[in-house]
Formats: sequence, structure tokens, C-alpha cells
Amino acid sequence: MNTAVARAPNETPATEGRIGWLSRFFSPNNRYLPPLFITCILLAGQLEFGILESWGRTLLAITTSMAMEIILARLTLGKWPHLSSAYITGISVGILVRSPFLWPYALCSALSILSKYVLRWRGRHLWNPSNFGVSSMLFLYPAAVASLSIQWGNSLWPMVTVWCIGSIIIFRLRRFHICASYVGTFLLLSWIRSEVTGNPWLSAVAPLTGPMYQLFVFFMITDPPTTVRGWRPQCAVASLVAVAEMVLRLNGVIDAPYYALFLVGPVANAVDRAIYPQRALPS
Amino acid sequence: MSKIPRQAVLALFLIAGLFGPLLYFRGKRSADADLARQQAAMDRYGMSLEEVAEASGIHMVHSVPVLDPKLQNIAPMIASMGASVSIVDYDNDGWNDIYVTNSSPGSKNHLYRNLGNGRFVDVAGQLGIADLNKPGTGVCMGAVWADYDNDGYEDLFVYKWGKPELFHNDHGHGFTRVTDRSGLPGWINAGAATWLDYDGDGKLDLFIAGYWPDDVRLESTPTTKIMPNSFEYANNGGRKWLFRNLGDGTFKDVTHEVGLDSTRWTLAVIAADFNNDGMPDLFLANDYGVSQLYVNEAGPNGRRFREIGEEAGVGHSPKSGMNASVGDVLNSGALSIYVSNISEAGILVQGNNLWVPQAPGSLKYSNLASAMGVELGGWSFGAQFGDLNNNGFLDLYLVNGYVSGKPDDNYWYDFSEITGGNSSIISDAKNWPAMKGRSLAGFQRKRLWLNGGEGRFFDVSQAVGATDTHDGRAVALADLENNGSLDVIVANQGGPLMLYRNHVKPGRNWIEFELKGRASNRSAIGAQVRVKWNGQEQLQEVEAASGFAAENQRRLHFGLGEAKTVDRVTIRWPSGRVQTLESPPLDTIHHIEEPK
Repeated sequence: MNTAVARAPNETPATEGRIGWLSRFFSPNNRYLPPLFITCILLAGQLEFGILESWGRTLLAITTSMAMEIILARLTLGKWPHLSSAYITGISVGILVRSPFLWPYALCSALSILSKYVLRWRGRHLWNPSNFGVSSMLFLYPAAVASLSIQWGNSLWPMVTVWCIGSIIIFRLRRFHICASYVGTFLLLSWIRSEVTGNPWLSAVAPLTGPMYQLFVFFMITDPPTTVRGWRPQCAVASLVAVAEMVLRLNGVIDAPYYALFLVGPVANAVDRAIYPQRALPS
Repeated sequence: MSKIPRQAVLALFLIAGLFGPLLYFRGKRSADADLARQQAAMDRYGMSLEEVAEASGIHMVHSVPVLDPKLQNIAPMIASMGASVSIVDYDNDGWNDIYVTNSSPGSKNHLYRNLGNGRFVDVAGQLGIADLNKPGTGVCMGAVWADYDNDGYEDLFVYKWGKPELFHNDHGHGFTRVTDRSGLPGWINAGAATWLDYDGDGKLDLFIAGYWPDDVRLESTPTTKIMPNSFEYANNGGRKWLFRNLGDGTFKDVTHEVGLDSTRWTLAVIAADFNNDGMPDLFLANDYGVSQLYVNEAGPNGRRFREIGEEAGVGHSPKSGMNASVGDVLNSGALSIYVSNISEAGILVQGNNLWVPQAPGSLKYSNLASAMGVELGGWSFGAQFGDLNNNGFLDLYLVNGYVSGKPDDNYWYDFSEITGGNSSIISDAKNWPAMKGRSLAGFQRKRLWLNGGEGRFFDVSQAVGATDTHDGRAVALADLENNGSLDVIVANQGGPLMLYRNHVKPGRNWIEFELKGRASNRSAIGAQVRVKWNGQEQLQEVEAASGFAAENQRRLHFGLGEAKTVDRVTIRWPSGRVQTLESPPLDTIHHIEEPK
């Protein structure tokens, strides 16, 4: 998750003089909105339900992520980076990685940020950083790492609240169509999976009701630097991620969403950049 | 640095980050394996285990509860408990006997009398404590012994998902069922129970922890909405019960007046004096949620229990608590608490907890399971501390394994898919995918972590002979041969009762204490013994229940290594009286009665 919101050429901001502070706050140009949103999710989840392994581990992930961003930006670009993206990566790692050890949090954050600076093509990185980091850790170090798999307490309301507020924010950031495409496709395919496996449909839908998917949907698949350009291609890629996830799920892959994005995301980005090299923006 | 070399360096860092730890752990594993192969168990570890159940006359295979057909899709998960083991010398002949529960309707419990020659004979039927799974009365989950009427003989309480049963021990010649006049309720879906003298009146009181809510009837349920409403935050489990012993064979429910209000899904309880105030506190290991620590305090209207889990540090991170056992793992005179949870590579890595107090008597705990090497077991259930190689430090035996079905087909994917769902989905059993005979954390190996005394445990289970892969539930430690070595008795769910005879390297000394209270309760439950030798001190406390569905021998066992003397033994009786023994002889079972 690396939601550094960049303004696309066709995304003209409203005239500042005619909009209120609220509109400015919820503007796609507000780079602090996604970090603020994910911080609210973190605080609400931890204070109400204790979803974190510990504050210390999450802090370690955030600190490592931001430190790596500063070091690598200074080394490779010679400039001081905006840290909102690294902050989101760190906080995502802190929430999504479940491990009784400390080192996976630091390593996952470091790998996530490193991937941004190493795995690049035509001037931009291909993988969503935290998706790369979390997927790598889950694949390589299963004995030490699992992903967040718990729910928002016992009530339906926290889940509904996060979905509603998240949807409003993501709508203002003009990326709601990506989330809607993914969720819609997931729901449809969960019915197909249910038919194929004979399992209850509600069990196939169950993961969508947990906080992991909220983070995945709102932050990971919508990350501007690693999504393709254009409304329709973005919807298509989001749906393709859901399709890949279904294939993985039918094969019993537990961390299917991470791996689906890991596989589909870079391919889609590479195709996008091959077709429209002039649209590539620095991340 | 030019751009390409700089990118190359960064790429090297990325590759090193990705695969470096992998190489490190691979190297570490092979080193451990080599070590295990190269050393003979006895020479290296000072002990070895030999499984001798059949040879000792013990032929018992646990049978699992039978459920309502509406729950058949996940029956192996729901009916995954009931194998328990408790140690008792029911006839005061000086030899530890073994009581085990069965759980299918009509199945029989067993009391294996220790003949003192390495052989056991089942006397449960003859003594009237076998037939406790009668249809309509629920199924047995565990048993805990204590002398509730202070007549010198240990009485039997059996807790069930069903009607709890209390039996009076008639001086070792038989048992009289006294349930109906005891004041116990007609039905408790209990997950754990223990005896403690919570008010210090010299009479043992009874604590029972509900697991399922008490209105659930698993053998015939009208609804499938019986599951926990969360896998991390469930609070729709069974209520707790504290019965005060009135001294006339009856018990009074004082649960609410003492402040025990938990409705979590408790699977293990241990009563011990954690804050050194002389009164027993309660630690609850809860499935689907955080553990709870109830400190026993004086109130204006008598004793009160106050829940301090969060402030103590043990109640923050919700896991799947299935065991609670205590031991002085650092020989520091302080009791640490071991809680087992679930760890499955790549799926759910909760890690077990070893809660070590920051100082003796402190109610602030740190989880040192990872630092001390006792974190990862598997789908863990029972665990016990005991000095298995008599080196002077408490070791840890842990059993693992949940449901062993088809060896090559597992339920993990479906399990992980639904358990992340909202409570409205997971609390209804009909939403759960059918298990279809698949395994879930099945065929897991056990752990025997030896304590080297340097603050680190290391697993020697495979090297010393703890090699079974049954679905372990309860484990108890007892000196069955009165030879100063702790043997290991394991009750497996749907599997055989196993007896591991422990052969300890000659030359390692020990000392054991069998206590009898006078002003205190006769079983001396709650008594603390501190043994000082070679500049160190180990604390042990007499407990009733310990671990998951288990009770160790009443006797306390201390390994002493090659020490030739013990400086001092201090006994703090539950009455508050303190007794000191100077340089008691070693390699001896000391029978000590509370001074008048």
C-alpha cells in the first residue's frame, strides 16, 4: 500500500477559491488524506479491538519504512522524499503482518521500500511496495509470518462504518471505481466458488467482512503509482485481480489476494507502460 | 557512484533481504539436526523416555463426543476435547494412580491403580467412578481431585459438557456419589475446573469455568448458532462458577458476589498465589480471546476477584488460549505462566506465551516465549513444567495436534477463509464448510523443551523418545515409580493413553515433598515450597488443576543436578504458617504434615 496520490493530467482540481475547507481536505490533491485515513483505521482497530500484535512492532515497521525511504531517496535521487507513502507502507506492514518476532516487521518494511527503488521499469516501480513486501514474507518465511486474519470485533457496525467512510474518501480521491470493480467481481466469483466447492456462499464471502480486505481494497489495489491509467483499464485490472484470486483460492492458497495482486499488478503496469510510455509519471 | 552500479548495489540489497534470512534459518536447522543425531539422548540430555502404556497394563483409547447431526459438517472440530488425565493417590498407599476420562455416550472412565511394580490395573468400575457418560447426562471433559472434606482422602470432581459430578472418597475403598446434595447445578458446559481455598478458611472451594454457554446441548441442539461470535474477541462463552465449601458437604454459588463475571471461552484455569499475598489468584486461558488474571483481594464483604489482565500485560493480544500452567523457569522464586495457542506456518502464527513476572510477586508480566525458545509448538494444548532430567531447572512438555483426519488433505484453507469473517457468519455452524474427513493441524509432533538454566529452552522431543503424533490434549507429570524421576502421561483425543517412563541419568539428585495440611486444607493446595541450594532458589506451589484438562501429582518434585546438599527448604502453608527444613536428605520423598 503506497497511496501517494498523484494528480493525473485529466484530473483538474476545483478552483480553490470556490470550495470550502472540507472540499479542500477531501481533495485528491491532499496527500495527507490517505495517511490520515489509514491512521484512523489503525487507531480505531487497535483501541477498540486490539488488532495489532503490539504498538512496538507497528512502530518498528513505520520507522523502518520511513528511514529506508529517506536513505534511498537521498542515495538515488539526491532529494528529500515526501514520507506519506512510506508512512502508509509502514503502517500497512504493521497491521497486515502477524508475527511473534520483531525482525519480520523491519524486514518487510525494508523490502517494500527497496522494491520501489529496484524493481522499476520506464522510470516507475512495478509492484505496490507493501504488496511486494507482504507477499515475499508470506511466501519465503511462512514459519514466522502470517497475515492479518481477524475480524472487527463482534459487531457488524465497525465494519460497515469503515466501508462507508472509506468509500466516501476513496470516492473523493476518484478511485472508488477500482474498489467497486474488485468488490463486485469478488462477490460474483465467490458465488461461483461456492458452486464449485459446495461450500456455503457466506463462507466464501466471509473474508470480505474482515479488516484485512478493507485495507487491501482501499489502499493496496488503488495505489496510484502502481495502477494503470484510465477508468476502464483500472476497473478491468481490479476485476482481473479478483479473477486471479479466485483461481488461487480454488487451489487452496490462503493468502490469495496478496499473491493475486503480486501477479497481476506488475503485468498490467508493464503493459500499460509499454502502450503508453509517455504517460509514465515519476513516483 | 554512477546510476547503474548504484542500482546494482540496491538490487543486491533487495536479494540479500529476500533470501538472506532464508539461508540463515536453513543453516540453523541443519545444525540442530546434526546435533540431535550426533549425541546419544541420555548422555547429552540426561534423560530418555520409553512409551510403556501397553506393557504396564494400560489399554485405553479415548472416544470422542457424539454431536447433533446438524453439526456434522464440523463435528471433528467441535468434538475435539474430552481426553483428560489426572494423577491421584486415591488409596494413600504411597503410589500415584492415574484417572482418565472418556467422552462418547456410554463410554467408561478409567482409574488405573498403581501396583507399585510398574503395572497398573483399572479399578474405576469396581469403585463406582467409571460410568459417567450416560446418555442424557453429557460427556466428560476432565477431572480434578482434592480432599474437600479434609478426611485425608482425595475426592473426585468430574466436569463435563453436561452434569457435573462429585464423588466422596470412602477411605480408598470406594466412592459415593454426592452430587445431588452438594448444591452443584444440573448442567455446566465446562472447559476447566480447579480446587482452591479462595477465602483461607481451610476448606477447599470449587471453581468451574464454562466453555459453551450452559443452554447449549451439543448432542441435540435446535440451532446451529452456537459457535463463538469471534475468533479473537468472543465473549459469548460459558459463565464461570465459584462454589464456596460450606463444610457440610454442600457448596454455595458465590460467583457474582466475588466478582467473577467472565463469559469467555475458558479452556484452562490455574489457581496460584501470583502476588505473594498468601491467597490464591486465578488465571484463565481463554480460547478465542485474551487471557484473564483475577487477583484475589480483601473486600468490605469478604474476598473479591478483580480482573487485571490488561494492566498485568497478559490481556492485550487475543489468541487461542488452551493451557495454563506455572513454573519457576528461572529459579528466581517467581512463578511464570505458560499459555498455549496456535501456530501453523504461513497461516496462523500466534505463538505460545510464557508470561514471566518482572519481579517475584510482581503482577506485571512480559512474554518471554520467543526469547526463551518455547514459542512455536503447533496447534498446542496441554503443557506442564517439571524437571525431567533432574538438572535443577524446570523443563516444559507440550502436546500438539488438533484433528488428524486424511493425512494428505487438510482443512486449513476453509478454516482460514471463514474465521476472518464477521461474527454473524462464523457464529452459525451451518456457514462452515464441511470438513469431509480432512485434517486440521493433525499428526503434529510434541515438544519437550529442556531448560539449560541459561534462560533458553531447547527441544529434544525426537531425540529422547517423545515421538508420537496423536492429537495430544492433556499431559500430566508424576513420579510413578517413586524413584525421583517424573514420568509423562499423555491423554490423546480419539487416541491411546500414553505412558512415557522417564529414565534419568544416574548421579542426578532430587528431593520430593508430600504435604498434608492441618489448619490448612488437607491436600495442602496452595502451599508454597522454596528449595535453596547452590546459591539458587526454586519455588513450586501445590496445585489442583494444571494445564489443559490435567492434574499433576500432588507431590512436589525438585531436581537438584549433582548437588550433594540442599541448604534450606521453606514451606509456606495455606494457613500462613511458615516451616523451615534445614539440609533435608536428598533422593528422598519427604512426607510432611503441617505443624500444629
